[in-house]
Amino acid sequence: MRAWTLPVLAAWIAVLAATPFVGDNYLVKIATFVAFYAALALSWNFIGGLAGYPSFATAAFVGLGSYAGALVQNAGAPIVVAWIAAAGVCAMAAAALGAIVLRLRGHYFAIGSIALVEILSLVASWWSGLTGGGEGLNLAFLPGGPDTIARVFLYAMLGIAVLALVTTVAVTRGRLGFGLRCIAQNEDAAEMVGIPTTRYKMAAFVLSAVFCGAAGAAYASWVAYIAPSDAFSILLTVKVPVMVLLGGAGTVLGPVLGATALVLLEETVWARFLEFHQAILGAVIVALIFFLPGGLLGLAARRRTA
Amino acid sequence: MSALLELRGLGKRFGGIEAVRDVSLTVQPGEIVGLIGPNGAGKTTLVNLITGVHRATAGTVRFEGADVTYQRPHEAARRGLARTFQVVQPFPQMTALENVTAGALFAGAAGSVAAARRDALAQLERVGLGAEAHKPASILTLPSRKRLELAKSLAMKPKLLLLDEVNAGLNSSEIDAALALIRGIAAEGVTLVLIEHLMKVVLSLSTRIVVLHQGALIADGPPKTVVDDPRVVEAYLGARFAQRHVQARDSHA
Repeated sequence: MRAWTLPVLAAWIAVLAATPFVGDNYLVKIATFVAFYAALALSWNFIGGLAGYPSFATAAFVGLGSYAGALVQNAGAPIVVAWIAAAGVCAMAAAALGAIVLRLRGHYFAIGSIALVEILSLVASWWSGLTGGGEGLNLAFLPGGPDTIARVFLYAMLGIAVLALVTTVAVTRGRLGFGLRCIAQNEDAAEMVGIPTTRYKMAAFVLSAVFCGAAGAAYASWVAYIAPSDAFSILLTVKVPVMVLLGGAGTVLGPVLGATALVLLEETVWARFLEFHQAILGAVIVALIFFLPGGLLGLAARRRTA
Repeated sequence: MSALLELRGLGKRFGGIEAVRDVSLTVQPGEIVGLIGPNGAGKTTLVNLITGVHRATAGTVRFEGADVTYQRPHEAARRGLARTFQVVQPFPQMTALENVTAGALFAGAAGSVAAARRDALAQLERVGLGAEAHKPASILTLPSRKRLELAKSLAMKPKLLLLDEVNAGLNSSEIDAALALIRGIAAEGVTLVLIEHLMKVVLSLSTRIVVLHQGALIADGPPKTVVDDPRVVEAYLGARFAQRHVQARDSHA
């Protein structure tokens, strides 16, 4: 971790937290999205950045979390309890599904993980008795005016992002992070030096699901309506890894920077090109691969050594 | 004295090929066993069976009395069974120091990342890589990477260390340094199995030599006896040379 990582992160948190006091609800909404995507990007970073397993399962856990949270909330539980329950459901699902897909490596793992999104989406569509099927689920709005609600969800998302951030710092400094970096570079050699690779990959996969689940549940409470096609969005599952790659995979700051940059890009540029915004996302991916393989942080590192 | 490593009837079949067949071998604590054999004899496969990389299709592996035939490689590492790779396996984007730290942290005695780094630095200095500790492993020369591999396995604090061609590609002065290093490791009480093509190394270090040929053990004994064994000469040089060798030896006697 670089010396300026913590100051930059502190400033990032302060700016997001300050938006309700300096701007209107539109600005607060953007800040909430920044925090939401930062939480997802930090989650993906555990499996995709540290362990080097290119997961496209983000939307699977966001969707699962939003449905689990919605069902628990509709059953009458307080919303925070619903979010924690959603995180727990996603952790257990990740452990069970990870046991299957983590046997795959490289491109095969990527395909297997994207299949999880499709499978869970189909389950949500078919199991209409529980999920409402294609009609989706409605959630109760929170009491209070739009200003209050905007603030509550900004701080909720920011809280989840900060939890993901604290976990990231703890993981990268300890055995788990070291072991995952070894696995990313040479899994066989990692096993040979005594790293229980299966258990470590599983831990990374569960960590990548937990905060997605909480963020997905909070998102469901925020928009008060979920449907399979929105909850299990393939676009989301692609966008989140792009954010991490844009910032710098495997680092603490990278996912936060990448998520912030892409959300702002989306708001300022893509909103003007509604028909083409997916094409622009494609162009960003291609540009990343060719010009910024280490992400924005890699660019900073290159400048310094040059 | 109970055996450190005991192989009984060990076999490995890859489809129709029997890479290792019916190998029984005991290694006592403190021995330096030279494992030799022509290319393709099954030496590396045998090491892979002992360290859990491959699953045996027949027989058992016992380490310190416990049945470890079906252990995973990381379990072998934590038990004190370390090995180097013939084809070196570094973590390419990590520094030499981080590579060795991994060994100290996950298989060695280190309780924390910081303690593991201290151990790792000591091992790097020991193998003569102290000056290159902060270079990425991917830019080291091949002899340096071999030494890095050795430092990594030493950091794992092994009881039994299997050295798979750790001296290949070294020049003769480097080999002398490597010999001194290996003797030092043995003197600390680490039991060694050397897989080696360089007879100079095998003969000067081993307390015992075992010979593998076409997957089977064909000789096991003191170095002098084994290298004169007609079956061993035949395995390396073919039947005609073996005959001549025996005749020449007898006429000298």
